[in-house]
Amino acid sequence: MAKVITGVGCPYCGASCDDIEVTVSDDGTKVLEVKNACAIGNQVFHHASTPGRITSPRLRQPDGTYKEISYEEAIDRAARILVNAKKPLIYGFGSTNCEGMSAAGRVAEKAGAVLDNCASICHGSSFLAIFDNGYPSCTLGEVKNRADVIVYWASNPAHAHPRHMSRYSIFPRGFFTGKGHMGRKIICIDPRVTDTARVADIHLQVQQGHDYELFNAFRTVLHGGDIPDMVAGIPKEKILEAAGIMKKARFGTVFYGMGLCHSDGRNHNVDIAISMTRDLNEFTKWTIMAMRGHYNIAGPGVVWSWQFGFPYCIDMTKRDLVHMNPGETSSVDLAMRDEVDAFVNIGTDAGAHFPIPAVQHLKKHPWITIDPNICMASEISDLHIPVAVVGVETGGVVYRMDNVPIQFKKVVEPAGGILTDEELFDKIYERMCELDQEA
Amino acid sequence: MKTVTLTMKNKPELILECNNVTPDAFAGKSLADIGRLEVYEGKFRAPLADYFEIAGEAGETAADTRIVMKGDCKRVKRIGQKMTAGEIEIEGDADMYIGGWMEGGRIHVKGNVDAFCGMAMKGGELLVDGDAGNYLGAAYRGDWRGMQGGLIRVKGNTGNDTATFINGGTIIVEGNAFIHVSTHGEGGTVVIKGDVEGRVGGQMVKGDVYVFGNIQYMLPGFKYMEDVEKEIDGTKATFAHYIGDLGERHPTSRGQTVYANLYVKA
Repeated sequence: MAKVITGVGCPYCGASCDDIEVTVSDDGTKVLEVKNACAIGNQVFHHASTPGRITSPRLRQPDGTYKEISYEEAIDRAARILVNAKKPLIYGFGSTNCEGMSAAGRVAEKAGAVLDNCASICHGSSFLAIFDNGYPSCTLGEVKNRADVIVYWASNPAHAHPRHMSRYSIFPRGFFTGKGHMGRKIICIDPRVTDTARVADIHLQVQQGHDYELFNAFRTVLHGGDIPDMVAGIPKEKILEAAGIMKKARFGTVFYGMGLCHSDGRNHNVDIAISMTRDLNEFTKWTIMAMRGHYNIAGPGVVWSWQFGFPYCIDMTKRDLVHMNPGETSSVDLAMRDEVDAFVNIGTDAGAHFPIPAVQHLKKHPWITIDPNICMASEISDLHIPVAVVGVETGGVVYRMDNVPIQFKKVVEPAGGILTDEELFDKIYERMCELDQEA
Repeated sequence: MKTVTLTMKNKPELILECNNVTPDAFAGKSLADIGRLEVYEGKFRAPLADYFEIAGEAGETAADTRIVMKGDCKRVKRIGQKMTAGEIEIEGDADMYIGGWMEGGRIHVKGNVDAFCGMAMKGGELLVDGDAGNYLGAAYRGDWRGMQGGLIRVKGNTGNDTATFINGGTIIVEGNAFIHVSTHGEGGTVVIKGDVEGRVGGQMVKGDVYVFGNIQYMLPGFKYMEDVEKEIDGTKATFAHYIGDLGERHPTSRGQTVYANLYVKA
């Protein structure tokens, strides 16, 4: 008799939906059906049951092929690489649970490594802006129940966070928002006519790379100043109209995405968005939220801030003196400047996401990939250690994009008895302690 | 003034962090003691003498000590960090944080430097003959106290975020700057003799910025007032005077609102 598990968390995007229903086979090893998830989330669950999963660690041979080795040998090799390197880099954590992140933090501290997560190439610039300017944010529950004006600035949830609009922002009927989308105004600011722009009431097609000027214009208008007839490709009257709607909101939220973090100025684009949110609070209640990408990419920021005082780009090479300065201690900068001599890629794909010269520099040194799947990083690494898929084969705590912790469930047993991230990092830590004592 | 010469003999495999290379750390020490000062290459600590040939003599005080760096220091960080007096001359390129948090004395780099140089500087003089990287004279992450005093002069170009959170001192860039000049500034003076792509004075509260060249994209929050005659760094010219950032908060002094001033050469 197939078993239905309800209230399952989805290990895909930052919306971290926790209403998924998964039907699993009698023996609890195979996912049969997934309900409520979007097309991508659905695929993540089925992917875990796909035949051909890698179930044992693989070591690169001199002829370039991979040879299967035991977990024990893989753990020993990983521990030795981390102990012997002058400056190892442990990067990733886009797709793992907080327990795994915490265990990796202990390994990084022991190894005197630089510990970094995918925010480094994603919403890391938001952290910099938040350090500089604060974060007047809220939870997604508050958005659902209160918000009557939504701004999607440089983000496209229709594709990147498929259920965001239906669960939290545009369509749901909440306590004070009983009319659903009928009672909400949607403003989309994006250089492209995205599918999100198509459902918006107002689309301001900002000139690519000129969001800062447009924010500056909004702020000047909110402070009662005059602006030029055209700013960043948007006519003055359009800006005045949008600013008028924003001022009249009962509760508004700005959701912003990669368009701000990945165009020139990066942190300052977010920085001025936060300043604009503060200005709007002179008139009514406004909040701002980063559209975090992965289901638990807010996790390392929370876990490591508690462990080490910094959310990402944490340089622990000075042991008791932790240092963080993105631009110097961020993974891509370290790699581009050839500053590290060992690399651990965990729960992400640096092979696919990093610039080619960065990958070429990292490839000169030992490269370990810890990932359930075959990806570009696993195919160029020296050691590939497979682990259980979080949210499917193991549970754990994840932080949603609004920094709300959610307990995710395990729905099937790990394929072939493979280890979880937490178990693996704990074993690497133990082996490093043993090597320390032997020395 | 007595001189200690450091010549790079063993280049680091990765990168060298030399926050002990300051007149303050060298003053009153013998060459052997200077050679024993610790530097970091990643997590490995080593004596300075492992990397540098050390010659000359240190003065009794920092003010009486001059350090000359020879050889390839392109991958050496934090030279002159937190120095209070004395002189450092770097004969070629240097890496990040040169003159970071410095309080006095003088650093002269004859080549280029990387990012974060003169970070949160309080006093003294930093002269770079070549180009400087991003975050020249800016604040550390999350700090609202950027450059507070002293002088930075760069003969070449700079990247982005020159003088972020500046609230004192002077930065003169003789070449071009990219974007973000004096962002969040609350004082100080920045002079760019070349062109700037844009975002000059964004979120700026107080302070002065002079641009001799062209600003490709002017921020909408700056308002033209009048043309003024000014003499800046030995050049007399007419500048168009703008006030701003009109989207930012501004204090009042004697009943008058205080704005940041942007002067663009006519």
